[in-house]
Amino acid sequence: MALPEFETFEYDVIIIGAGGAGLRAAVEAANADVSVGLICKSLLGKAHTVMAEGGIAAAMANSDERDNWKVHFADTMRGGQYMNNWRMAELHAKEAPMRVHELEAWGALFDRTTDGRIMQRNFGGHRYPRLAHVGDRTGLEMIRTLQDHSIHQQIDVHMECTITTLLKSDGRVVGAFGYERERGRFRLFKAKAVVLATGGVGRAYKITSNSWEYTADGQALAFNIGAELKDMEFLQFHPTGMVWPPSVRGILVTESVRGEGGVLLNKDKKRFMFDDIPELYKTQTADNEEEGWRYVTGDPNAKRPPELLTRDHVARCITREIREGRGSPHGGVYLDIAWIKEKLSNSDEHIRKKLPSMYHQFKQLAGIDITKEAMEVGPTTHYMMGGINVDADSQMATVPGLFAAGECAAGLHGANRLGGNSLSDLLVFGKRAGEYAAKFARDHSHGDVDNDAVQKAIEQTLIPFGNTGESPFHVQHDLQDMMQRLVGITRTEGEMQQALVELGRLDERAKSVSVTGHREYNPAWHTSVDLLNLLNISRIIATCAIERKESRGAHFREDYSQKDAEYGKFNLVVRKDESGNMIMERRPVQPMRSDLQEIIESQR
Amino acid sequence: MQFRIWRGDKSGGDFIPYETEVTEGMVVLDAVHQIQAESANDLAVRWNCKAGKCGSCSAEINGHPKLMCMTKLSDLPPDEPVKIEPMRSFPSIRDLVTDVSWNFRVKKQIKQFKPRKPDADDGTWRIQQGEVERVQEFRKCIECFLCQDVCHVLREHHLHDQFIGPRYLVYTASLEMHPLDTEDRLAELKQAHGIGFCNITKCCTSVCPEDITITDNAIIPLKERVVDEFYDPIVKIYRKLTSLVPGSKAQVRDSSG
Repeated sequence: MALPEFETFEYDVIIIGAGGAGLRAAVEAANADVSVGLICKSLLGKAHTVMAEGGIAAAMANSDERDNWKVHFADTMRGGQYMNNWRMAELHAKEAPMRVHELEAWGALFDRTTDGRIMQRNFGGHRYPRLAHVGDRTGLEMIRTLQDHSIHQQIDVHMECTITTLLKSDGRVVGAFGYERERGRFRLFKAKAVVLATGGVGRAYKITSNSWEYTADGQALAFNIGAELKDMEFLQFHPTGMVWPPSVRGILVTESVRGEGGVLLNKDKKRFMFDDIPELYKTQTADNEEEGWRYVTGDPNAKRPPELLTRDHVARCITREIREGRGSPHGGVYLDIAWIKEKLSNSDEHIRKKLPSMYHQFKQLAGIDITKEAMEVGPTTHYMMGGINVDADSQMATVPGLFAAGECAAGLHGANRLGGNSLSDLLVFGKRAGEYAAKFARDHSHGDVDNDAVQKAIEQTLIPFGNTGESPFHVQHDLQDMMQRLVGITRTEGEMQQALVELGRLDERAKSVSVTGHREYNPAWHTSVDLLNLLNISRIIATCAIERKESRGAHFREDYSQKDAEYGKFNLVVRKDESGNMIMERRPVQPMRSDLQEIIESQR
Repeated sequence: MQFRIWRGDKSGGDFIPYETEVTEGMVVLDAVHQIQAESANDLAVRWNCKAGKCGSCSAEINGHPKLMCMTKLSDLPPDEPVKIEPMRSFPSIRDLVTDVSWNFRVKKQIKQFKPRKPDADDGTWRIQQGEVERVQEFRKCIECFLCQDVCHVLREHHLHDQFIGPRYLVYTASLEMHPLDTEDRLAELKQAHGIGFCNITKCCTSVCPEDITITDNAIIPLKERVVDEFYDPIVKIYRKLTSLVPGSKAQVRDSSG
């Protein structure tokens, strides 16, 4: 078979992914005077950052002067059950305020305090109001600001372009290979440094807040060239996704609803979150409903309501209510913000102003007016805490020249991410990845691209056109069904072993999926390519989840329902060896620097 | 339920009939995906968030420019096939996907945000909530380009090289009315960006899925500013006199040339 031609592009740095992390990395690299290619799977500005609602966590202390980076650091570590890379948590807490101010200098407009500074809101697991926000569309504000700033820098943007393979030579990464969607033509990107900022893995699950793009591309690309992945068993299920009607199941309902006073109720109208408050948070949680309301309305002496406990815990409590028969008619629980009319005379207007897109979303998709009625919500696959193992300061992966930032990188969030820490993560580590990738590029020349690897990548990608098997959509649906059932929010050894068996079958089916038509904007073809990454990473998630025989953070085992101190001493790290086998290692958690340890102690 | 979906590319195409089962609450995008999975694997459609937040799945449904993810099937007439076609103001790529790259090129031509000096020693600004809210509406835009699709200056008269369209007038308004911005974009608005072509038929406002009052709140105030700047001698003199007020746009404009 004569292989198709490909176009070649050459940059000092390429960035794969154009959400918050990718855009921030691109801006930083461009400012360091290296040539930059930015590759996005969709159109510019459509990445998942646009969906982020609640806000950006940064200890600016505008809304509560007791806040500072140390408290943010301690909150992040506690939320991650101390599985986090503490150096990343330290950098993140220290640098987030600067990154937010920088966004403002680039045109972002956040809601204000009465004295004109950036207002901050309450969110789960954050001790003080800490999230810079604009209504409930903070992500849109952030990505648009970055996008509009970036188009005036020297950055070449390749829209609707998917990378299928990273290229390696002499032990370091030298480029990437993929295709553009419009014409289906192949593209080779030669680069001295590569930044992965591809986001998450949510499309491995049936009920997810993630769009079609989130097929574990970055994690799989890195794994395939021998880079380490870490913490892949820690997958966050957001407590509140829509559950009805069926076609919108999984769409996110922002945590800000609870930050603004929304409460969770079961079918008996009982506020069940008061029933189970974890030990780590006992001293920080309100004693009664009245105190919870005082907290969300800014009383500095009140403790937070249990609805604002960490996401892993809230999601599990909701699952418990549903399983024990106390759920709502469509298999969720109630999230009620309308009740605040008892407290505020202008509650309708207040809700529409603070939560405009939630109001719109429920009104339009579910026919529900959230200022008058409770919403029905349930957990939805949301965020991968694990990912590419990176150096905390430089964000370089274990393969030289390869960097990763944002959701596809591991470390900052440990076993569970706090809401609001994602947008700040994108900014802080996107910037660092861009900076260090540019530095790496300046210190290195272009490597040699192995033509055989390129030819192999082309052949692999085109296989489905020659097949006669089933549609890739069927295999993807079955994978999503299976992961939802067997490697979901509550896990058992038996189910996950079964998942590995089924993954074997799905691997076989994926090999023979067939695609009809040509290569121009052919979604079946794109799905057949994405499917390989999803299968690859689903296996890693299941394998790591089997290995961690305890419950910690987002990883909940029914057969080992308690935390086990022994398992708290290591992170799980996987990589592919030279012969293509997965190697798993229990990597000891690094002892924390003593000054940071003291902060943790003083914040208990 | 019956559907007629436009399939084709820039060389031409036609409406193809499809049928798929519809359940409660389904939106047009769900039906398109279901048809894609069942019987038209290579049906091209652009989408991302499926929650009305990213503006990717713009199309014309029964002749009306809409987001497919926010259009419920139960709101459409059940006894006739749902007609789905791509945005007609943009060149076809394939099926429901159009080439919207022109929009991205236009945006680059608009002068970027230029803030005044920080208000505080720590490099931050003091802004009142009211000032934020004044431009909030424009910043809600999800760049779905439905306003561009429906604007007759672009759709019928094809003046893409002389007129930036409602989306970018809203964008310019968001910059011009930004509480910190000091840049001047009025000369371009009048000339290269062709604000005069808009004759305020408000078609853009009527299709905006974010309910931005494009014509009344963005375009008309910009038109007024252009008129004040270039056609009103009294305002011109007033501007000269007030140009000594620190931080005012007039001052920056005059001092920059």
